[in-house]
Formats: sequence, structure tokens, C-alpha cells
Amino acid sequence: MTTEAQSQTPRNPAELPANSVGLVEPQSHTFAGPFKLACGRVLDEYTLMYETYGTLNADRSNGVLICHALSGHHHAAGYHSLDDKRPGWWDHYIGPGKPIDTNKFFVVALNNLGGCHGSTGPASINPATGKPWGPDFPPLRARDWVHSQAQLADYLGIETWAAVVGGSLGGMQAMRWTLEYPERVRHAVVIASAMKLSAQNIAFNETARQSITSDPNFRDGRYLEEQTLPRDGLAVARMIGHITYLSDDGLGKKFGRELRSGTFEQGVEELVEFQVQSYLRYQGDSFSGTFDPNTYILMTRALDYFDLAREYDNDPVKAFSHACSKFLLVSFTSDWRFAPERSREIADALMHANVPVSYAEVESAMGHDAFLLPNERYEKLFAAYMNNVAAELQGEAR
Amino acid sequence: MLRKDLDIIHNWIDPQTRVLDLGCGDGALLERLTREKQVSGYGLEIDPAQIQRCVERGVNVVEQNLDKGLSNFADQSFDTVVMTQALQTLRFPHLVVEEMLRVGRECIITFPNFGQWKARWHLAVSGRMPVSDLLPYEWYDTPNIHFCTFKDFEVLCQQHNWQIAHRQVVSESRVSGLLKDFLPNLFGETAIYHLTR
Repeated sequence: MTTEAQSQTPRNPAELPANSVGLVEPQSHTFAGPFKLACGRVLDEYTLMYETYGTLNADRSNGVLICHALSGHHHAAGYHSLDDKRPGWWDHYIGPGKPIDTNKFFVVALNNLGGCHGSTGPASINPATGKPWGPDFPPLRARDWVHSQAQLADYLGIETWAAVVGGSLGGMQAMRWTLEYPERVRHAVVIASAMKLSAQNIAFNETARQSITSDPNFRDGRYLEEQTLPRDGLAVARMIGHITYLSDDGLGKKFGRELRSGTFEQGVEELVEFQVQSYLRYQGDSFSGTFDPNTYILMTRALDYFDLAREYDNDPVKAFSHACSKFLLVSFTSDWRFAPERSREIADALMHANVPVSYAEVESAMGHDAFLLPNERYEKLFAAYMNNVAAELQGEAR
Repeated sequence: MLRKDLDIIHNWIDPQTRVLDLGCGDGALLERLTREKQVSGYGLEIDPAQIQRCVERGVNVVEQNLDKGLSNFADQSFDTVVMTQALQTLRFPHLVVEEMLRVGRECIITFPNFGQWKARWHLAVSGRMPVSDLLPYEWYDTPNIHFCTFKDFEVLCQQHNWQIAHRQVVSESRVSGLLKDFLPNLFGETAIYHLTR
């Protein structure tokens, strides 16, 4: 779920946009276990990579946690180096004067447990064997992420988050936070998310996983030990995912039936290739060079397994009756992967549980990806909500 | 919305109750009820600009099209369901009122009176659909597709067995203000109805 960055390569710090958090440096912390997972297995220790933007205030009340989606990581905003072609994945919404205003908030973004950007995951070394975990890495649930994020909050000295924010799978974590640690979340911002995936969604994820596991280089998940990489399988998985994150309309507007090469002229043998084909292949290729296939499998499974109300008698109202947070929900009209109906179900459950909630259905042709992309209404609404979150903190400090 | 109807609705709603405001606009009513009467509740709105204003003032607002019904709300799940100046914009006003009385123990509805003398005068003299400060739209481009008079509404209430607990008529101009008590359907600009089953 990456955005197409149009920005030029920055040459010197002065050329970084004024509303960027600027150059940022990832940090990591290793947490001593035992850390018990939802599946029953235990990690002796684990490492989380994270970045922070802005300044933690004196009473440590202005922390905002960013939960990432399927392929996200800790680099949510700013630049790692002046040579970076593009900023962090949610740079459009995090920074000075942006909806998640780093002049007001202390923003924490992390790479989730099981990830492949520096946090402990299937590509890490299993201390018990000295080899990469690979397929032996324990399966994770959203609640495992939430519990590890809570340990990160403890480490950073943040007792209560001003807001926990996330889109898609990140929104699921934000909702889980409000049930696992109701007293530690003042506001939850849940964007383009769902209380559980539909059968169609699980079907897409399964197709993506099959693509990876059927690549001859997958080697039952032990490709790192065998020094291969199921790149082609992962690329196809990403292409499938990518199609579903966009809308028919959005793809049509962007590419139509434009040709990249070839012709339909009689007598010309050159193969016809549409622009959309080369775009998708580029997306697949660039992704498969930077992402761990086992992590992709793990993350999509966590997505499939998520069911907010499972242990609340499958009753979302009963689930949310445990929440003490206020909620902002946003969905996008052309998002068919996490359709507006799914967000409306969340809004309904929250209203039945008498939990404060606002919900907006934002017009967009960009499909599920809309939550990452510029959109005037979304931006204004998000900013207004976060502005009140900040004002609330000010009011209490006085 | 006129300040006067806001005051009246405010008086009719009990403190610490649960309120659903249909077509809540900029959220002014809910904000005041929350601040002064500690009610909890939600506004439903469809206009993005109004939703933005609600969020800015910290009012709970949910984007929902009233014409698609209130089937997402359980029976009697709110103490009061309010709808101010939105009745005339609905595709099927009677179905929405029916739903309001299912979802709420009682409901409060305000709407502009199309039987007011100004509207009657405008139509009678110019022969054209009334356009005024209160109803500033041309007939072909107006959200107000189901105008009615106070009398029309009361006939509807009778037909559906809705009980009118209170009715208050307001008028901004002083002359109409004095005359509205005698001939409400001719001089009242806005009516506020308090309905129960």
C-alpha cells in the first residue's frame, strides 16, 4: 500500500518540505520476555523498531500511536536521508501543521512484531536454533501487536495515548487497543477498517499466500536458510493485493487501455502491453525486493483471524461496551476491500454501546489506498478531530 | 435554525437523556444539550460541510442518509429523537416519522409552515413558488421536496395515530408573533411538534 511519490530527490536539508518532520532516525528497543502470545507460545525476548516525531510534553499526555497496515513499518513520516526519493508512508498526514500535528503531538510509529523492517519476525534469528525463524515463527494476532505496543508505551513512559490511530489492519489494532487497554486510549481513529474480514477478503489473502507458497523457491518457508527467495510468488501476491486496494474507476482513470508498447496493426508481431501491466509488475517487483514473504503470510493471516467481537459472544455492542475511548471513523466510497458498510457496522455498534463516535464517508475514487493519499475532505476532517484531541489536553493542563 | 425553536426544544428535553438528532446540521443543538443538560447522543447528517462543523465543535456526528431509514437503530434505544427543519427534505417523510417513534420513546419535529401568509401571498399574487429568506431555493433546485402546512402535518398525525404531546408555533416577525396564537397555520413560520405513540 505505497503511495506514488512525485517528489524530487532532496539535495540539502533546506530543500525538505517545510511541513515535513525532516530527517528522522529509527530507534529500536529489545524487550525482555517472557512475552506470551495469543496462540499460547512464548517469546523469550523481542525487538521493536520505531520512530518518534514531535516532543513528549511534561505530563506525557500527548502521545499518538500510529498502527500500520499490512505492509507498513516504523517509517511513517520524514526522511531517513537526503537521498530518499520519498518520505515515510503516511507523511501526508503526519508533520507540523498536518492532521497529526507534530507541533502538538508526540507521534510514535513502529514496525510491528512479526514485521521485516527490523522488528523481531520470521526473518530474524531464532535464538534457540541460531537459524532464521522462517515458518517456525509463531502465528500472531492483532492483540499480540497491541500488547507489544503497550510495552513500548511503558518503555517510553506513556501511560495514556492521546490517540491510537490506524488505517485498515492498523484500524483493527486501534479498536483492539480500546478493548484491551480501555483506560490507556483517549481517542481511537479508525480509518477504512472493519471488525472482521469478509469471505471475499479472506479469499484474496489466501490467493496471495498460495502464490507465495507455490513458488518453487519458497522451500516450505525455509528460503533464507537455503539462500533462495520466492520473489516471483511474492510479487504476484502483491499484484493481487494492489488491484484490490485500488478501484476499477481509479485504475481506469490512471491507465485506461493505454499501451506501453506494441500495436494492434496487422502484420506487426510485437507483443501488445498495456500500461497497467507494467505498473503492476513494477509494484510487484519493487515490493518483493524489500519485503519478507513469511511476514506477508503472517500479516495476512493476522488480518484474516481478526474478529473484534469473537470473545464477546460475537456481539460487537458487548465488545465496545468495554471501551472508554472516543472514536473517529472514516471510510472511502470506492473502497471495496474495506467497504463503507464495514465502517458503518463499527459506528452502529459504538452507538448502541453509547460510546462517542463520529463517522464520515469520504468521496474518493482511490479505493482502499485512499487512506494514504491526499484528499481534501479527509484531511480537513482528520485535522479538525485531532485539533480537538490536542485542545482537550491543553484544557486539562491548565 | 431559529434561536427560538432551539430554546423550546431545549426545554422539552430532560437532562441526562439519550438523544438522536436527525439532520443535525452544524451540531448547535446537540452541543448545547450536551453542555447544559448533559445529554448523550449523536447527530445524523449527510452534508459534508455540516459534518465538518460538527466535528470541529466536538459533536458526535454520523454520516447517514435518512431516506435509507433508521434500521440500524434498535427499538426504543433513545429517549428522544429530534428532527429540526429536515422533514420537508425527505423522500418519504411519514416513514421517517414512523421510524423516529420506533427508535425513540418520543420525538420532536420542527418544520417550516408552507401555509404561512407570506407563502400564500407569494403564490397568490405572483403565481410563482414562494422564495423567501427562510426558503431561499428555486423550485427546481431545492432540497425541500415535501413542503406541508401545520394542518397537513396534523392530518398525517391523526391518520397514523401519533399523539401530539405539545405543539409550539414560532414566528420571527413581531406582527406574526402576536397573531400566530390565533391563526397559527396562517401566521406561524415554524412549528415544533412533540410526538409520542
